[in-house]
Amino acid sequence: MTKNAVFVYSDDQLNYSFSDEHPFNQKRITLTLDLLRKSNAIQETDIITPRIATDEEILLVHDEKFVDIVQKASKGTLSKSAGEVYGIGTEDTPIFNGMHEASALLVGGTLTAVDEVMEGRARHALNLGGGLHHGFKGRASGFCVYNDSSVAIKYMQEKYHARVLYVDTDAHHGDGVQWAFYDDPSVCTLSIHETGRYLFPGTGKITERGNGPGYGTSFNFPIDAFTEDESFLTIYRAAMTEITEFFKPDVILTQNGADAHFFDPLTHLYGTMNLYREIPRIAKEIANEYCGGRWIGVGGGGYDIWRVVPRAWAHLWIEMSGQTQPTGPLPNDWLNKWQPEAPIPLIPTWEDPDPLYKPIPRKAEIEEKNAHMLAQALHTIRGSNV
Amino acid sequence: MLIEEIMVRDVHTLQETSTVREALDVMRKHRIRHTPILNDENTLVGIITDRDLKEAIPSTFTPGEHKNIYESTIDAIMTRNPIVGHPMDFVEESALLFYENQIGCLPVVSNQKLIGIVTETDLLYNYIELTGANQPGSQIEVRVPNIPGILFEVSKVFHDHQTNVLSVLVYPDKESTETKILVIRIKTMNPLHIIEGLRASGFEVLWPNVPGIDV
Ligand SMILES: [Zn+2]
Repeated sequence: MTKNAVFVYSDDQLNYSFSDEHPFNQKRITLTLDLLRKSNAIQETDIITPRIATDEEILLVHDEKFVDIVQKASKGTLSKSAGEVYGIGTEDTPIFNGMHEASALLVGGTLTAVDEVMEGRARHALNLGGGLHHGFKGRASGFCVYNDSSVAIKYMQEKYHARVLYVDTDAHHGDGVQWAFYDDPSVCTLSIHETGRYLFPGTGKITERGNGPGYGTSFNFPIDAFTEDESFLTIYRAAMTEITEFFKPDVILTQNGADAHFFDPLTHLYGTMNLYREIPRIAKEIANEYCGGRWIGVGGGGYDIWRVVPRAWAHLWIEMSGQTQPTGPLPNDWLNKWQPEAPIPLIPTWEDPDPLYKPIPRKAEIEEKNAHMLAQALHTIRGSNV
Repeated sequence: MLIEEIMVRDVHTLQETSTVREALDVMRKHRIRHTPILNDENTLVGIITDRDLKEAIPSTFTPGEHKNIYESTIDAIMTRNPIVGHPMDFVEESALLFYENQIGCLPVVSNQKLIGIVTETDLLYNYIELTGANQPGSQIEVRVPNIPGILFEVSKVFHDHQTNVLSVLVYPDKESTETKILVIRIKTMNPLHIIEGLRASGFEVLWPNVPGIDV
């Protein structure tokens, strides 16, 4: 029997941990899962254990030398200077014990999700431990060591001969995945992100459209700081629909970074919880209409782990598993359990407080600029429809 | 940086006896817009651009026989004695040459021989590399007093945080002559400690810098 959705999780996923002070903190998965349990929105039978990716699988995308460096760092036998050019032992991706295994498990989790969907055991599958979209073939970057999505896409190509659409709504550009398939016409990447003018990594311009045979299968939608929900969602909806119709994927892989929210300390998009209710709703609709439901979701960024990520990712699972989106107060026992540990007051409801912030000056101009950007970014496929 | 470090060495050239048709073929085949022209001693005598060619060729709507134009030699339409550069010229000075003379390319000559070419595209890419924008990083802008020694004060903060700086550019502040703007690209996804450190040292950090909106 095909399940609606499976949730890939094991406690070992929390081992991907640089330090207690590092902004990338997998405790957000614990908080999400606990919120889902206390909301009766997940059953133990929905949860499946991730496998660890083999070296061979990681090498589908990553360079041997890089994997070797990570393995040495993992065992503590790498000097700091030797890792630097590979992005290992840097401020963003410091060395920690067992980092190879922890990173390989996140990759394996996404592969587990892939197999569930591609072998028809579930229509959709979610691995919140994945979504490490900044990982390059030969270098760690932006808190990411191995790039689970890139490996999963290559794996789907080889094992299932699938055309994959990768959709990235993290506030940062999905650079690692984009560059991994920049020349490949059978993979389409779509990234919506805050403009790289100030924000890491700086890439993701409209003009990055792919290279050689892959030209026209890489789409970027850089949106302005202070964009807010409405304009973000307009762009997302148009991009998703038109690109899916154009590319005709067999399966959709979505990266669900939850760092475009107003509370997120690293970005300036001023989104609200509405984003995280709408993004998966549209993804599911599109996957059902064009891909026979084949949809794999992964996590990603999200640096307000108390007020934003648990609610955002709970919405994602609830949508994926076909339940009604919750409203009103969060379960009391969840709030009571975590408030003592949280350094800030938790948001007690599924919705954000309204208003969440003071109105943004220049809103109309920002929306106009974004609309102009959308038209330019979709120009190549809109042109060919005429 | 010197011109020889950014110039293209593998140059597609034509002879002054080449025909317009040959010039068109070379430019289309190699997707280039400028071609240096050599004489039979392999000395640079001119340059031809895609614009020169377009102007020489009659519009396809003009009736009549144009065969002779395609078969005519390019020495009639090329620019003679073009501005040239030396491999040891500074990139900054050469960029000024482009700007002041409104040229699109600069043949590089040493010992009377053509050894390379620099185009606007090469200069632009060099600029992009200078800004560090070709490497993953975050960008912050700092408004600092326009006084000596200030760069040192700012760099101290980066040193204290062991932050890898990809590039630093200094711009005049449009709002005041008493301050200037430093644009700094750093190799991290998390610039928050740096921003905090700079603010603690009394500097105004613009991140992100959107005029009319304060964060
Ligand atoms: Zn992000």
